[in-house]
Parts: sequence; C-alpha cells; structure tokens
Amino acid sequence: MAVRHAARGSVVATGLAVAALSVSAVGAAAQGGTVTVGSNYSDEVPKAAFQAALDHCAQQTGDTYVVNTVEHGAFQDNINSYLQGTPDDVFTWFAGYRAKFFYAQGLAAPVSDVWADIESNYNPAFKGASTADDGEQIFVPFYNYPWVVIYNKAIWDEKGYEVPHTLEEFTALATQMQADGLIPVAFADKDGWPAMGTFDILNMRINGYDFHTGLMAGSESWTDPKVTAVFEAWRSLLPVHQAGALGRTWQEAAQDMIAGRAGMYFLGTFAGEQADEAQRANLDFFPFPTLGTEFDAQLGIDAPIDGFMLSREPANADGAKDLLRCLATGAAQNAFLAVSPNNVAAANDADTSAYTPFQEKAAAIIAGSGAIAQFLDRDTRPDFAGANGMQSFLQSFLGEPDQDLAALQASIQDFWDTLPPQ
Amino acid sequence: MPEGRRRRRRGSTLTTRDRLTLVGMVAVPTFLVVAFILVPTILSILLSFTSWNGIGGLDRIQYVGLDNYVNLFTKYRPFWPALSHNILWLAFFLFVATPLGLFFAVLLDKGIRGTRIYQSVLYMPVVLSLAIVGFIWTLQYSPDQGFLNNLFGTTSRDEHFIDWLGDKDINLWAVLVAASWRHVGYVMVLYLAGLKAVDPSLREAAQLDGANERQTFLRVVFPVLRPINIVVLVITVIESLRAFDIAYVINRGKNGLELLSILVTNNLIGEASLVGFGSAIAVVLLVISLGPIVYYLVRSVRAEAE
Amino acid sequence: MSTAILAREQPAPERRPPDRRRIALHGFLIVVSIVWLFPLLWTIYQALRPYSETSNKGFLSLPDTLTLDNFTTAWNSAELARYFLNTLVIVVPAVILVLFLASMMAFAVSRYSWRFNLVLLMLFTALNLLPPQVIITPLFRIYLAIRAPEVLVGTPLAERGLLLYDQYLGMVLIHVAFQLGFCTFVLSNYMKTLPKELNEAAVVDGAGVWTTYSRVIMPLTRPALAALGTLQFTWIYNDFFWALMLMSTGSKLPITSALNNLKGQFFVDNNLVAAGALLVALPTLVVYLVLQRQFIGGLTLGSTKG
Repeated sequence: MAVRHAARGSVVATGLAVAALSVSAVGAAAQGGTVTVGSNYSDEVPKAAFQAALDHCAQQTGDTYVVNTVEHGAFQDNINSYLQGTPDDVFTWFAGYRAKFFYAQGLAAPVSDVWADIESNYNPAFKGASTADDGEQIFVPFYNYPWVVIYNKAIWDEKGYEVPHTLEEFTALATQMQADGLIPVAFADKDGWPAMGTFDILNMRINGYDFHTGLMAGSESWTDPKVTAVFEAWRSLLPVHQAGALGRTWQEAAQDMIAGRAGMYFLGTFAGEQADEAQRANLDFFPFPTLGTEFDAQLGIDAPIDGFMLSREPANADGAKDLLRCLATGAAQNAFLAVSPNNVAAANDADTSAYTPFQEKAAAIIAGSGAIAQFLDRDTRPDFAGANGMQSFLQSFLGEPDQDLAALQASIQDFWDTLPPQ
Repeated sequence: MPEGRRRRRRGSTLTTRDRLTLVGMVAVPTFLVVAFILVPTILSILLSFTSWNGIGGLDRIQYVGLDNYVNLFTKYRPFWPALSHNILWLAFFLFVATPLGLFFAVLLDKGIRGTRIYQSVLYMPVVLSLAIVGFIWTLQYSPDQGFLNNLFGTTSRDEHFIDWLGDKDINLWAVLVAASWRHVGYVMVLYLAGLKAVDPSLREAAQLDGANERQTFLRVVFPVLRPINIVVLVITVIESLRAFDIAYVINRGKNGLELLSILVTNNLIGEASLVGFGSAIAVVLLVISLGPIVYYLVRSVRAEAE
Repeated sequence: MSTAILAREQPAPERRPPDRRRIALHGFLIVVSIVWLFPLLWTIYQALRPYSETSNKGFLSLPDTLTLDNFTTAWNSAELARYFLNTLVIVVPAVILVLFLASMMAFAVSRYSWRFNLVLLMLFTALNLLPPQVIITPLFRIYLAIRAPEVLVGTPLAERGLLLYDQYLGMVLIHVAFQLGFCTFVLSNYMKTLPKELNEAAVVDGAGVWTTYSRVIMPLTRPALAALGTLQFTWIYNDFFWALMLMSTGSKLPITSALNNLKGQFFVDNNLVAAGALLVALPTLVVYLVLQRQFIGGLTLGSTKG
C-alpha cells in the first residue's frame, strides 16, 4: 500500500499522464489485499468444494485468498495452539459452545458488524448459535447437516421394509432384519465421538431439548435419573446394533450400510461421502423414531452447523470481514454444495432448486424439527467432551452396557466437578 | 575418562586460546540442551502445582498446591489403568519380547548361512515409524476388514467375534504384539553385537569341559553379556515408559489403551487443555523414568571409575 | 566400551552345528521371517488392489486386478513430493548440526578433563531419556515468545513474525537439542577408545585444540559419525510428535504427519492409505537396506556400553 501511495505521489508530482494511467492500472490490480484462511477441509471433495466457494468470493471482492489446509483431526487437536500462535485471518470452525469457548478465551474476534449486514439472510436459530454470552456475534454459519437414520434403498425395496416412525416399529423392523440375515443397525465408536450422536438423540427424545442444553452446560446433573433412563433405553437397543463398535471406525460401519450388509445406520448425512455417486443415489434416510414421550412433537435433532470465525488479530480485518460477508451468501454456499452435496446451505437466499433429493430431504427434516441441537461435543466445554472425558465414559458404557449405571453416572459428574472453573 | 587425568592435569598445558575454544565447543550444545530440554522440564514441574488452560498470559496461571496430584490419585479414572498398562507393557517387554530378541540373537549367532538376510528381516520393523506400524497392524486387527478376523472367521458377523482393538480386555495385548514386532528386532541386534564380542575360546573351553550348549550359554556366555543385559534392561524400561505412538494412532489411548504418556498428551493438547493437570501426570512419568536413568548413570560412573 | 564391540566385530567363526539341526534351524528361521514380514507384505498386497474390489469382495480375497494406481494416486493427491521436500529441509540440517555439535561436545568431555565434564555428560544422557511429553507445554510457550528480528519478518525465516513456532528452524533446533544427548554419549564413548597419545602428539606438533579436533580426532571418528548419521536420519524422519505440536501450517508439515491427509475425515480408502504409508516408509527402508552395516553399527555403538 505504502508503495502505491508513494507511486501516486510521484505521479502527481511529475504529472505524467501516461505514467498515471499505468499506475492506476497497477492500483486496480492491487486493490484486493490478501486474506489468509485456515481450513480443516482436508478431504479431497470438501477441499475442492471450499476452493470453489473461495473462487466465487475472490471474484466478488477482488481479494486474494491464501488457504492453509490442515488435516481435519489435527486442526481440531491443535486449534488451541494454532489460535495462540500465528493464526490465519479467518478459520473454519463449529457453531455453539465450541465457538463461544474460544471467543471467551480471547482467541477469536467478534463479527457483529458483519452480522448487521447478513442478519436478514439467516433464521434466528442460526443467529442464536452464532452469538456469544456477551451478545456479540462471533461465527458465520455456512451449512449444516442432520443426524438421521440412513439406509440402502435397494435392499429395503427388495425386502419390502417400511420406514418406522415409532420405537416399536423400529425394533420390529430391526428384528425382521436380523431374521433376514442383516446387521440391523450399523454402529461404530472407535474414535470416541460418533456414539455421542446416539446419546444425544435418545436424550432429546426422552428428556427434551432443554434438558440436553442444561446437561451440557452443567446446570443439570449427570446423576439425574433422567440420564439413567437414556442409558437404559440405549442398553435395550444395543442387541440390534452391530457388535464390536469400539474397534470399528464410522467409515467402516458406513461401508457396511452402503454395501447392504447392514440395514440402517444412525449418523450425520456426511456418511454419504463414503459412497460413490451411484451408491449415494441409492441412499435414503428418515428421522430417528419417536419414543412415545411428551417430547415426541418437538422432534429434537442434532444438526451441527459448520462455518467460520475471525481470529483475534487478523492481519487484514477488512478483507477478512468482506470474505465472511461473501461466505454468508447463498451463492457462495451453493458453490460449495455443488461440489459436495451432503449438506444443506445455511443462508436463506441459497438456491435450493439444484438440491439433490438427498439434500432436499435433509433440509425438510431440519425444517421440521422444533429444537435443533449442535452435538454433544459442540454443546459442552471441550475438555469435558474430550478423549479422557465423555468419549471415554461412553466407550466404557458400550464396552460393558450392563455395568452399574449409578457408578458410571457418578464418575461422569465427578469428572465434571474436577474441571477448573472457566 | 582419559588416562591422562590420573597422571597429570593436562589442562595446565592449554593456552588461553585453547581454553576459549573448548569453552565454545561446550557452550553451544550445552545452551541448546539447557534452553530446550532442561528449562522446560523444570517449568513443567512448576506448572504441575497450578491450574491453567494454557491460553492467554502467564497471569492466568493459578497456584493450586497439590490439588492436581490429589485429583490424579483419587479421582481421575484413567490414571490407575494407565499406570497398570505401563507396568503390563514393561512386564511383557521384559518377559516376552526381550527374551525373544535374545533367543533370535543366539540362533543367528550360530553363524549359519543367510544370517544377514534373517537379521535384515527381523530388524526391518525397527526402521518404520510407529505411526506406520500402527496403521499396518490396524490392517491386521480391524474387526470386519482385518486379516486376522477374516482368516479365523471371527468377524462381527460370525458366531465367535474377536474385537482385537475394541475389546478392552484384548486390545492392549494386540497392541503389545505390534509394539514387540519392533522391540524384538531392536533387542536382537544389541545382543547379537554382544555375542560377537564373546571370546570364542571361552566357549571352546566350556565345551571341552563337557558342557552342553545350554549349559555353555547359561554358565559362560550369559554372564559375559552382563553389560549388554543392563543396557537392554534400561532400554526396555525406558521404551515401556515412553510407549505412545502406536496406541495414540490406534484410538488415542482410550478404552483399554490408556498410557501415561497419552494421558499427558490428551490433557496438554486438544481444544481445551488442562496444563497444570497434564503436567502433574508428566511429573509422575518423570519421577518413574528417573529410576532407571539414575541407575544407569550410577553404573556408568562406576564403570568409568574402574 | 561400545566401540570395542564395533571394533571387534568380525565374521563369526564357523561353529557348525550338525546338519540335521542346521536344517531345522533354517526351517524355523524361515517360518519366523515369513511371520515377521507378513504384516508388511499384507500392506503391500492391499496397496496393489483397487478400493472397489476389496470393498466388494472383502480384503481376504484373491485379486482380479493388481495395479500401481494407488501409489500414483497417493503420490499426487497427497502431494507427497512437497512433503518429502519439507522433511528434507528439516532432516538434513538437523542431522548435520547434531553431529557437528555433539562431536565438539564429545571431544571436549572425552579428550580433556575439567571440572564439570562428567556432570555435563550425565546431564546430557539423562535428558536424552526423558519422554518428550514432559517438556512440550513450556517449550510451546518458549517458541511462541521468540519473535524474529524486524529484518526477517515476512521472509521465509519468519513469515509471520515468529522465529521458531511453525518454522523449520524451530523444528531443526528441537530435533538437535533432543538428540544431542544420545549423540554426545555415543561419540564420547567412541572418542575415549582412541589412543590418548594422539592428543599429546598433536600438542608436540604445536596444534591447538581446534586443529586437534578437526584434523586428528574427527577423521578417526568418521565410522561412528556415519553410523550415527544413518540412525539419526531415520529417527528424525520418523518423528511425528514435534511436528504435531510445533507446526501449524498444513503445507509445511513433514512427510510423516502428511500421511494423515490421506486418511480422510469422510472418505477412508485403506488401499490408498496403505500405498501412501509404504511410500512414506520407503526412504527409511532404502536407507536401512543400503546402509545396513552403519545402521546396526550405530545402534550397537550407542547402546552397548560395557
């Protein structure tokens, strides 16, 4: 910039029209600054999808975007040191408590001024998930995806299975599948987090969304009989789940479902990424059945939102905020989803006419839910959800489902209590 | 120690320039080791008495006395399993992997044709990174796609299902086999070098006295290997305490694979770190490691003195 | 002393066992070798098969197609070439620097006697045995605190103003600091076995300390340096802990960490990862097979202390 001003100065001083022309041309080219973007879109498909969205925005803003892609898992593990070290201006992250935590620690900057421009483009629920405790907006939603029961259509047509709506229908179907030689419900929790989805859905069906939120925030107790009820319901469902979940990755379980060895799989719609295009067209899904409680009508669901945050001292704050404004448009989100059609755009002005049936259904399920949660590890403090916390506790339950639940719940509460105040 | 020391103080013959050169030669490496290893070690010990999430200025660090240690020993569920796993790891290495390495070394020391090839094969896993070793063994152990379960007909669809990595009563053993795959080769090479140094006339003398092969080994060869035994012992203990990568690659050290080094890592890195608490676990690990380290150093010093 | 063993290493005298037993021994060793190589061979087999085939037919099936496609895909899609280069930028300076510094340190402590030389040697040895997790948090803070001088900011030496964090310099230095103890220990043991008269002769010839080091001792230490260099190359190449902790730019990571990029978040193709893992392991395997003598020499040299 300084160079440009100096050049302009000399141009004015010498008054050379030709030089002025060439300099203004240079000025236009340099108009756009550079914005650095830290990205966890490391898989081939999402990486290309994100690049498409950035290319779109680069055209809109004239800025240049330099992407620093880090493997998804490593990005999460190192987010703390990354944000304290030399973070990029904008970085990919998740909505909910998980975003608030880093803002509260002073590792992210507020983006309320961006929200003033984009607010009309989002439903209030998205704004809520993007707002910190002090009322500032700190996150820009990009897309979300529901956790649903996914199945292989061809197998279902062949066997004449019907979508179950209640738990009774669900268990009856599962028993039928068992008789037909299928694994009724594929299941995997080697990495520790996928089983959280099952805990969440049972908790929301049995105890409702508010209890979920309270439990995650620590205002409800893990020793509450309501939590016992969740574990008991889960225990009764385990016989129709695939055995050996703790040694299996969700990708392997998804392959079992895609290949038709397993009848159903409860997972986020990202399971579709494990399938090739033809296989994906053969996948369908439905919301987790209701359990006959007062919260049936609520149809609570985990539909985590992925999006972006602004680092604490961005080198190019204006450019970064322009990028966030652009990423909040339906056009940018469509550019992403055109390449990676497993999610649903967050912005209202996104063009849904190009949605695949898979996406249409995902959007409909999210729209039909009265209470949208993020996910266990996005709704609570990260040290509680981590490898030595809830991941371990849930694995311990799955390893020995018949263990003394009171003792397990007490040790979960103990763990929560020993965590330092935030 | 150079013999010169006992005869006269060689230092007196050095010029000032020589002394400065020597100081320089010592100062740079010493600075690096002190600044990058010793100082952080001491700081870790200090941090173990504090509560800190690792974020922000040092003023956010709060002194909490022995709280971390009390929590660790009384409340933290993974601690005792991790400690016992480290001990089990040590026992397995000491009583299975190390003797196996010695056994292979003895076989290869017989000098039969092709020794080099056998040695290369057995030693090969040692040059692979543990991250890759972890992946290679996942391909053997994975529940439905792994080699072992498909061979034995024990996948999750079969009647008798063996969940090598997910069953917390089995997975540590499965990982120990993978880790031993490396350790055996390492130990074998150490012993092989030691055996080559055994004076052949000793063996011949024993055999002339009518000792059979086993007796020769136990009474003549093994005692000569004593220095190597000590090195192998120290390496085995240290490797068992340092055990990290394979379990970390397989499942982040959860569900039966808890290890002290992984608990340290899980508490120190990740989205929210418990630096004080993680440091307390690190100090426990440090204290345990100091045992063999001190033993080794004392022995080395004695050897120097002789 | 360690080096005595290396020096004494000679073709083992033929102690021929009787024929029948020799055949049994060969048989046993061949079986063991196959078992030992199996996990690696299995990985190679999977790497040669397309994903679609194994996902339909299962992993334990005879091949319809064997192809190198996975290797080319892994090479291209994970940009392995770039990461190999990154590793080179870390490993080569680190190995050279650590050998240089360690040889000076070893020279000073083994060829001269002065007040603290034993204490320093002990400190070096002890710190080399520490688990790396013990020092990571303070080290990370130290790295964050060290800012580059103004002239370097924006250059490749300090792209974002920090000199060590997320920089190759920081990676090189931590590897050097962490390996210094082991290298110093090995080299000092080796140098102690060189005749003391060498120093005296050098003094008579009017050589200073530096000349004695560079012209007299270093040339004689060459075998140990070669062995140690080979070993250090493998160790630093295989490390993934320091890079995981101290680097944050994805495209600057060394190759061992880059393997993660193949293990996708969403789509996991074990055949492809197998190919990638083999490509990543290839340099160490080649170094090992080509420089086997040095390699094993380095290991025994360092560890067999008697």
